[in-house]
Amino acid sequence: MSDYLLKAEDINAKYGDFHAVQGASFDIKKGEIISVIGTNGAGKSTLMKAIVGIMKPSGGKVYYKGEDVTGIPTHKLVEMGLIAVPEGGRVFPRMTVLDNLIMGSYTPKARKNRDQALERVYSLFPILKEKANQAAGSLSGGQRQMVAIGRALMSDPELVLFDEISLGLAPTVIKDIYATIRQINKEGLTVILVEQDVKRSLKMSTKAYVMLKGKIVLEGNSQELTEEEVKRAYFGI
Amino acid sequence: MEALIQSLIQGVLLGGLYAAIGIGMSLIFGIVKLTNLAHGDFLILGSYISLVVTSTLGISPFLSLIIVVPVMFCIGFLVQNTMLNRVLAKGAEPTLMITFGLSIVIQNLLLYFFTADARNLKSSIALKSITLSDGIRIPVIYLIGCIVGIVIILVLGAYFKKTYQGKAIMAAADDLEVAQLMGVNTKNIYALAMGISISTAAIAGVLVGVIYNFYPTSGSSYLVIAFAVVVIGGMGSTYGTLAAGFIFGVAQVLGAHFFGAQAQLLTGYVVLLIMLIFRPQGLFSR
Repeated sequence: MSDYLLKAEDINAKYGDFHAVQGASFDIKKGEIISVIGTNGAGKSTLMKAIVGIMKPSGGKVYYKGEDVTGIPTHKLVEMGLIAVPEGGRVFPRMTVLDNLIMGSYTPKARKNRDQALERVYSLFPILKEKANQAAGSLSGGQRQMVAIGRALMSDPELVLFDEISLGLAPTVIKDIYATIRQINKEGLTVILVEQDVKRSLKMSTKAYVMLKGKIVLEGNSQELTEEEVKRAYFGI
Repeated sequence: MEALIQSLIQGVLLGGLYAAIGIGMSLIFGIVKLTNLAHGDFLILGSYISLVVTSTLGISPFLSLIIVVPVMFCIGFLVQNTMLNRVLAKGAEPTLMITFGLSIVIQNLLLYFFTADARNLKSSIALKSITLSDGIRIPVIYLIGCIVGIVIILVLGAYFKKTYQGKAIMAAADDLEVAQLMGVNTKNIYALAMGISISTAAIAGVLVGVIYNFYPTSGSSYLVIAFAVVVIGGMGSTYGTLAAGFIFGVAQVLGAHFFGAQAQLLTGYVVLLIMLIFRPQGLFSR
């Protein structure tokens, strides 16, 4: 049990009658990168919402650092070092870049190391320092994604959950962002990638889970899975 | 000419007071996306609580704010926490219904405890004025009302800009789910925002209680003023609310100046209507 930083067991989640996640299980060890792959509507985002407490799972258990954290409020999880980078570089559009980053250090624990964390984010994404006083909503898609990632790093996290980070971004931007993720992983962060991009997910992660229609239909070590195999599971053919 | 200047001054002073009346409603509009139909009644509730405090302790209405504001903050916090937060996920209608219900309950509670008699908060300042020249006088109480309105808005502006709590309120207004993801306890933040909103209403309530008579049902007319200010300024815009207060106040007073006193309210609402047609998102929509 304590081998895992996070372990999700048989998670179910529903929107009314729609059974979006049906008994999904996965786990991640400290320092690992895992990817959860699936098409639009496969239930990935809902699974993540159930993990971070935005949505109460209708069944199953989530363990984080060996503790049962099923359905506890998100702000408690953030204090325990679990943070999410929401889909599509969602920033606080009317707030400045700096205020967005500061909001990442909202928990009492993170506030103490705020200036240090800010320096680190600025060194990862120098452009954010330049644009510090601009409204985050006025930035390009890639820059917004940087704000969203930087904001998450401000929380002094141990586990970061990236939801569809490459969605709608130019390939060169995606490459840079993935390089950054690799770097922060090397510095000790554990990473969950939720992705539609099969190739990149397999390349980045140690372990991959493929979701289809609310279920995890394939899992394995990323190096051992073939792209063909994953694609078949991905499309359900 | 002097009469016009006098009118303009009066309009500006009135505008600061109007901003104080509307700012709380604007906040809740912008942050919780909720139309608080009981805003005016909370304001008048503030007047009555001040009435009780002043008559029990024999202190001035302005001093009574030391007690009135915390009491009203708690009422606002609890109303949001125990009633409105529960139904937020169900869309706009249930919250609208609850605030409408609260409006009726507050009016009838006031009627029960204080009867329908006209009341006012007594302060010697109410009758004082500063004479600038023969035809131009500034009534001190309106000046105070205007300054208080401006101060409330500057303080709130600084609070939203400088403090973690204030930033969290703004963040929740921008994107609720992401604010939650960053560790903001959003239900708590909403309750806090409502507490602040009702506190500003109470301050406005004490001001209008010194200037005008009030009855248990007076809240509705202040709701209309708050609504006008919120619409003109842009929902949720702090400084917009101040500008809107001035516009609305000056429009009313100029209307009275040119078309007679009976046109005062009408002109204000005609300006509101014009604003709605040409800039429905408000002047300073964020």
